[in-house]
Amino acid sequence: MGANTTVAPPRRRVGIRTEKKGGAGRPRKVRDDRRAAWLFLVPALAGFGLFYAYPTVRGVYYSLTDYSLLGAPNFTGTDNYRHLIGDEQFWNALKVTGYYVALNIVSQTVLALGLATLMHRLTRSVALRAMLLVPWLVPNVSVGLLWMWMLDANLGFVNHILDALGMGTTGFLTSPTWAMPTVAGINTWAYTGYTALLLYAGMLQIPQHLYESATLDGAGEWRMFTRITLPLLRPVLALVLVVSLIGSFQIFDTIAVTTKGGPVSSTRVIYFYIYEQAFTNFHMGYASAIAVVLALLLGVLTAVQMRLLRASRSDLA
Amino acid sequence: MTQERIRIRIRTRARARLSPGRVAAWAVMIAVLVATVFPFYWMIRTALTPAADIYSDSTGLVPHHPTMINFLRVLGLTSQEEARAAGGSGAQVDFLRYLLNSVVYSGLIAVLQTLFCAMAGYAFARLRFPGRDAVFGVLIAALMVPPIFTVLPNFVLVKDLGWMNTFAGMVAPSVLMTPFAVFFLRQFFLSIPREVEEAAVLDGVGAWGIFWRVVMPMSRGPLITIGLTTTVWAWKDYLWPLLTGREEETRVLTVALGIFQQQSPNTQPDWTGLMAGSALSVLPVLVLLIVFGRRLVESLNFTGIK
Repeated sequence: MGANTTVAPPRRRVGIRTEKKGGAGRPRKVRDDRRAAWLFLVPALAGFGLFYAYPTVRGVYYSLTDYSLLGAPNFTGTDNYRHLIGDEQFWNALKVTGYYVALNIVSQTVLALGLATLMHRLTRSVALRAMLLVPWLVPNVSVGLLWMWMLDANLGFVNHILDALGMGTTGFLTSPTWAMPTVAGINTWAYTGYTALLLYAGMLQIPQHLYESATLDGAGEWRMFTRITLPLLRPVLALVLVVSLIGSFQIFDTIAVTTKGGPVSSTRVIYFYIYEQAFTNFHMGYASAIAVVLALLLGVLTAVQMRLLRASRSDLA
Repeated sequence: MTQERIRIRIRTRARARLSPGRVAAWAVMIAVLVATVFPFYWMIRTALTPAADIYSDSTGLVPHHPTMINFLRVLGLTSQEEARAAGGSGAQVDFLRYLLNSVVYSGLIAVLQTLFCAMAGYAFARLRFPGRDAVFGVLIAALMVPPIFTVLPNFVLVKDLGWMNTFAGMVAPSVLMTPFAVFFLRQFFLSIPREVEEAAVLDGVGAWGIFWRVVMPMSRGPLITIGLTTTVWAWKDYLWPLLTGREEETRVLTVALGIFQQQSPNTQPDWTGLMAGSALSVLPVLVLLIVFGRRLVESLNFTGIK
């Protein structure tokens, strides 16, 4: 992108002659661009100002108030934040979220990596890849309902199988111990195919001849995976990992449909806790304070992601 | 050289095909596919089972008395009495309407957001104006703001505007822009050779004309990519339409399913009805996949990695 001017000088005059825009004056090219540019940017800038920048300021302000949505916000300073420190439910929500993220990220990444490797070494079929993508396309609400039914203690298909195998039945989503691993499992089912396709796309960038010469040297599949695939995939893997990490911190839909935070708060993740505070208990100010904390947390994660992004680019070079 | 390589590849492929490891790998792959697809089969199977049979007939692969009644009653095509007799709650449900609302909701977001983000992306990629890089930087910084953080004040804003339960309120925060799409489309526009536009300038076409008649047609691929991913995202959306569009006129499928779940007539949820409703939420997505399958799969390579 070297050239400084969009249009070469002699041509400019020709262009301006029949210029449709511009009205009265025929200003120089630079001015034309300026006016057009701002017109092009009106919707995006309005969207940014109204629904990103302004709400960010409002959100921070609400976090310093007592606000029930009915009256006007009542400024209370740092009360919400002080209350946050002593709020067991808040700490529980953080803990539970961390637990979910750990479960989900590990299972999803390991499975997706295996699945991507299988695809990469076995087939290029687009139809197969499309099939793996289906769970990702389905709303989390439907996914949640589907698995609630599959896992139903009395009538669910999974318990039928377990029963037939003589393992007894389990109320997966009604047990405080099993509810969270089950939710993590459901979302792993929903997102593994998608993650695998991202990793597969990364694997396609690895030069094929490396595998060919490795085969000639008599290397087995496991050796090729650990010596070629894994090291060369590392930048892509790191990126996918951080993106899904940030995503899984924001789990909401599946929880809202399947467990609603229960049983006994075992799945009350932070996003769901914010939702409850704001729209069930009408503590908008307090909910905003938790949202600020979550935003800061995710900000740190995003910064890490940016770091990795830059690292990955230099790795590829 | 190349021929040699091709021959080697053929040889390694042929040799590999015989190995037991490869057979095992295919077995695992097929198991994964079954695990991926089977729950959807079970969803349909349940939707085709009469509600009265659910206690006696929930194991076999095929229902004993297959019926369309569950689909008919969630589509609002039966009378209230018929629906209640078939195991419904008797509450008014009309998934046909919610389906349509979902199409309007995700369609509006996908089309308008793609258009406005393309306009912004074009301005940042091609037009010169003072402060361009600074404005772009600020806009992209919005990527850092987590959705839940803006949801609370945006809800208050939409409420204050009197836009609750209107499509305007539901789509407002997302139709005008999303930082990622601006960024993504700008990247693509930067790669279009300037010569193409210069020819249009010679013909006396202005910035708007170049954008519409030259740049947009050339960018069909990336535009469809962004449009498709936006559609999927909006189709799956739950929290925001739940907060702003609960009422019948604007209720989308995901919200309707959540409400339907809570209207269970007995102690057990209305599973056959719920599965019929869920199947309806999957149907349009499947159509999307059949029509745009390759594109959708390839769009992941685009948006995910690059």
